[in-house]
Amino acid sequence: MLSSPWRSDFPALAVLEAQGEIYLDSAATAQKPQALINALSGYYTSGAANVHRAQHTTAERATRAFEGTREKLAAWLNVPGADQLIFTRGATEALNLLAYGLEHLVRPGDEIVVSALEHHANLLPWQQLALRRGARLVILPLDLAGAVDLPAARRLISAHTRLLAVSQLSNVLGTWQPLTELLPLARAQGALTVVDGAQGIVHGRHDLPALGCDFYVLSSHKLYGPEGVGALYGRREALAQLRHWQFGGEMVEIADYQHADFRPAPLGFEAGTPPIAGVIGLGAVLDYLLTLDETAVAQHEAALHAKLVAGLGKRRGLHLLGRPQAALASFAVDGVHHGDLAHLLTEQGVAVRSGTHCAMPLMNSLGRTGAIRVSLGLYNDGADLDVFFAALDRALEMLA
Amino acid sequence: MTIDPSALPAAAQAALAEFGAAGGWEQRARLLMSWGERLEPLTDAERSDENLVHGCESRVWLVGEDEDGHWHFRGSSEARLLRGLLAVLLARVDSLTADELQSLDVADWFAQLGLSRQLSPSRASGMNAVLQRMRDKGRERR
Repeated sequence: MLSSPWRSDFPALAVLEAQGEIYLDSAATAQKPQALINALSGYYTSGAANVHRAQHTTAERATRAFEGTREKLAAWLNVPGADQLIFTRGATEALNLLAYGLEHLVRPGDEIVVSALEHHANLLPWQQLALRRGARLVILPLDLAGAVDLPAARRLISAHTRLLAVSQLSNVLGTWQPLTELLPLARAQGALTVVDGAQGIVHGRHDLPALGCDFYVLSSHKLYGPEGVGALYGRREALAQLRHWQFGGEMVEIADYQHADFRPAPLGFEAGTPPIAGVIGLGAVLDYLLTLDETAVAQHEAALHAKLVAGLGKRRGLHLLGRPQAALASFAVDGVHHGDLAHLLTEQGVAVRSGTHCAMPLMNSLGRTGAIRVSLGLYNDGADLDVFFAALDRALEMLA
Repeated sequence: MTIDPSALPAAAQAALAEFGAAGGWEQRARLLMSWGERLEPLTDAERSDENLVHGCESRVWLVGEDEDGHWHFRGSSEARLLRGLLAVLLARVDSLTADELQSLDVADWFAQLGLSRQLSPSRASGMNAVLQRMRDKGRERR
């Protein structure tokens, strides 16, 4: 029942299983398909080279594969031009790029608006930008389900708003955020919009132009790809407003000792040697994901998630954080410290996450010192959840 | 280096005997919880921000007194298993001098108890941070 037809495409799952481990931490980092392993080993075996520089054949081959990923990612996100995608080292770096690249647009007294549930990666760059520029950081409150409260957002997004940065899918609550309502509120005030897609990108295909944001960031390692790779999408007009932020090779057009001119996006924002193998690997992952039946994946993930939420709901004294809709669920249990639960789940070979999930302000606002998060990948089976629930019951019994 | 068990404090010898006899993770976890319950309590005033050990996923407080060159620590945590880990650590370090604290092989101690995993760098338990705090306290006094 509920068995993933794609599980065997991910060799680590069998290895972990043989060690008696169940992996339920995909929202932190996902396991990798064989297709990625083959691509990485193929690239290194057939000759590594730097991209966009040398004329030799090896470099040409690397550059073609590297730029091929940009095109595949553009197609995946329905972005009209691959040059609207900048490769970064991850979503965190993409958000930092934005906070520095857009700094010149933020004036004292301006407001930068984020939601109360943001991951530190989509909070701290804006907090620090506000501090640098004498701007104000405005926090959008949540409703009880764990989505941005729209009536409050309508009040808080104003003519002072320069920029709105929100998550698409919460990494703690598993709730989709009401972007279709939120983004137009900011746009109507002439503010820029940034969507943190680190979790959202993994679940379903998203049409970025239709979403209507100015910028969207993602990480490869949650999307079954290698670490150290991420991307920043920008609308053309929005990208044109970015100032260069990291300087060095590749991003420069002409340089003398005293001055330099820089390239436009994307290469102007990819200073230094990029993670070439990783980017090529991400391309292979996208190729692999394209071979899967999108509807079947969505149905499998939804069935797993429903089983997770229903099972958690049956445990006495257990409280879900928000009303999770996809990918993950976080919970706390009355009278039980999350650290103790995590300890006993680990002892039983269940890999979940415990703590504040890089969202300390959110935890504080929920009145929790921490929570346990269970997160799913397309390779998880219903049986993984059965093991988890058995381990959870045993742990709770020991802690009673 | 493993010390001759008979040279250890009585509580540490008891820990070695009890954890050595534990048959599996469940028994070890139950033992940890019962050891945690026997920690000398901290007062509310001692559970202060100042005594909070940073680097632990769960909150841990540590106080220490220098008694004629020998350190005596007390501590607590909001998590029960962590209190247990703290208890077996305190049993081992009780009445050590500052120099002995610096050279104590704590990984070896936890390994002897079958609790090595609790000390690995990626573990959030924070026992390494607790030991560091103990060493810092010892150093401050010199």
